Amino acid sequence: MSDTIEKNESPGSSTSAIATSVEVPTTAAVPQKRTARDLLRGDLGFIPVLVTLIVIMAFFTIASGGIFLKPENLSNLVLQIATIGIIGLGEILVLLLGEIDLSVAAVSVFCAVVMAVLSERVGVPGVVAILAALLTGALVGFINGFFIAYLRVPSFIVTLAASIFYSGLLLNMLAGQATLIIRDPLIIGIAGTPVSFLPDILGIGLPILGVLLYALSVSLNFRRRRRAGLRTVSLTQLILQIVIAFVIVLGVVTLFQSYQGVPYATAILVALIVLFWIIFTKTPFGRHVYAVGGNNEAARRAGINVVGIRIAVFTLCSTLAAVGGIVQASRGLAVASQIDPVLLLNAIAAAVIGGVSLFGGRGSVWAIVLGGLIIGSLVNGLALLNQGTDVAEMVEGAVLLLAVTVDAVARRLQARSGR
Amino acid sequence: MADNITPSVGEMSSPVPEQPSGEPRLRLRGISKTFGAVRALSKIDFEVYDGEVVGLVGDNGAGKSTLIKVIAGVGPADEGEIFVEGRPVSLTSPQAATRLGIETVYQDLALCDNLDVIANLNLGREQISPLRVLKETEMEKKGLEVLRTLDVKIPSVRTLVASLSGGQRQSIAVAKSILRNARVVLLDEPTAALGVAQTAQVLNLIRRLREQGLAVVVISHNLADVFEVVDRVIVLRLGKRVAEFSVKNTTPEQVVAAITGAEFGQLTSAAAQANGSLGE
Repeated sequence: MSDTIEKNESPGSSTSAIATSVEVPTTAAVPQKRTARDLLRGDLGFIPVLVTLIVIMAFFTIASGGIFLKPENLSNLVLQIATIGIIGLGEILVLLLGEIDLSVAAVSVFCAVVMAVLSERVGVPGVVAILAALLTGALVGFINGFFIAYLRVPSFIVTLAASIFYSGLLLNMLAGQATLIIRDPLIIGIAGTPVSFLPDILGIGLPILGVLLYALSVSLNFRRRRRAGLRTVSLTQLILQIVIAFVIVLGVVTLFQSYQGVPYATAILVALIVLFWIIFTKTPFGRHVYAVGGNNEAARRAGINVVGIRIAVFTLCSTLAAVGGIVQASRGLAVASQIDPVLLLNAIAAAVIGGVSLFGGRGSVWAIVLGGLIIGSLVNGLALLNQGTDVAEMVEGAVLLLAVTVDAVARRLQARSGR
Repeated sequence: MADNITPSVGEMSSPVPEQPSGEPRLRLRGISKTFGAVRALSKIDFEVYDGEVVGLVGDNGAGKSTLIKVIAGVGPADEGEIFVEGRPVSLTSPQAATRLGIETVYQDLALCDNLDVIANLNLGREQISPLRVLKETEMEKKGLEVLRTLDVKIPSVRTLVASLSGGQRQSIAVAKSILRNARVVLLDEPTAALGVAQTAQVLNLIRRLREQGLAVVVISHNLADVFEVVDRVIVLRLGKRVAEFSVKNTTPEQVVAAITGAEFGQLTSAAAQANGSLGE
């Protein structure tokens, strides 16, 4: 079969004729102009969320008399959202399946406790303790996934039960101690010391290398599609796309460098986002996760191992929760028996506010950047204005409700216009 | 195997003889199936040739769905034999049917609304590079070729399937089965819930499949559509195959009589005549 196609392919003219004979603009079926409805449907992607973020930041900047936008505050803000971001990233993977994981907060603290107990009480080297925490996370996620995907227990219940179970188990492991101080230099070096920042050469070099690779990859792809006679964006759009990427990256780098540089915790978060972005957009595994989230039955009939995909995603989610727990423990120089009550809600909120649908199949891992920044800005900004947890929680609850409502309404509009 | 699948993607004019000859692509003999005390299928014979469109009609509960499930490998038969190109085969799972080149397009189409056309066409059969990265350009080229062969028109192959019309979605579902190397395509109620223009689109699609030399089975309630596109009609009633017509010398009334079991002497003799003339 592939042979017959290869023979018929003379690059350039003939295939572009194919593209034009199939891809006919139909005025009736597809509106050419983008409407407010498209915007709600998420066709414009992140722009409404970005506008929301800018409004929130502008408000706090004015209300705090400019303190909010100072580099030291912004640097502090990105450090504050590192944990939420990493845990929320895992939550996004699960949300893409159309499932939910309510155990991420408990699992993250539980894994951190495993690490702390191994390192401080048993006395194993820090690197072993960290690896053990990651493995614990993976195992917890695998067990969750097994119950959800194989035994088909609703994820809501499985992860709620897991959350309660691991909260108990971590109390048991701490054996009555409320706080376990961590002294291992490697562990606290991740986020807990004044030197937990990338050296300038990396802090500036890595982002620039990343954006160069991005520019190279989109350009190569552009050329490959042109040669194959497939539709491409216009050259102007391509250049604009690359310029925007450069401006964003250089802006962020400048911001970080104007204070202390890039914190390790932020570097870990960004590296994980890029890694999962590549996995979820460029590999069959990622494609299949979206397919299962979009239409489970269609995915199954297409021969996709639906059970395997689900178990893998829950395993990844809990492993990321473990990473978040390690970063949090390092930053606090200790693990505590108390699980932060808003950690779970903030992680889910960041994902949903960033534009990941609770109904599965829609959203990007980049959502965690904007969602995390919105949640982080609210917490940080309200603290700057000397508002207590009471106000912060009320505002967060309202924002979360708003985001979920937009998601639900968008879904309904889509269902209506879909057929 | 590899050389006779997805015929002539690219070369569009491959005329197929009007009269089927030789071994049928798919033949069922003496298929029976019972659910508890209910005999859903009783000694059904069924055959479809390459380059032929067969309509499978019957009232509710006549056994159409059960027969389709047997062919699709979803609900294997209790007794009977199945041959693909004369070779005896067993269809015990959907995978077995797929391996033998039998693809079913169900009424619900099984498309992922949140993915674009190309992703849907290649779902579960993605082309990957040695680094396990998706080869989007190759998949898009292949998808475009198949869509062109089937004369499908869509705004862009990168639009989400959710935004396509019913007829376009049906076309994508069919194109998907072609990309999966189908030799026999079963279409379950392909025109149900479609408007006039979209129905015409889908009927055109079915003609294209015949031109490509595929064996097509259309299950439908809509006799007007059936008469417009099929070569032969096979009528089921209460789990039995009661009649077979060549649409050339049959009227819809005769088919309706066979479906409902109306005992009009005239009609049944005409049906018998039509039946006989086909058997030559």
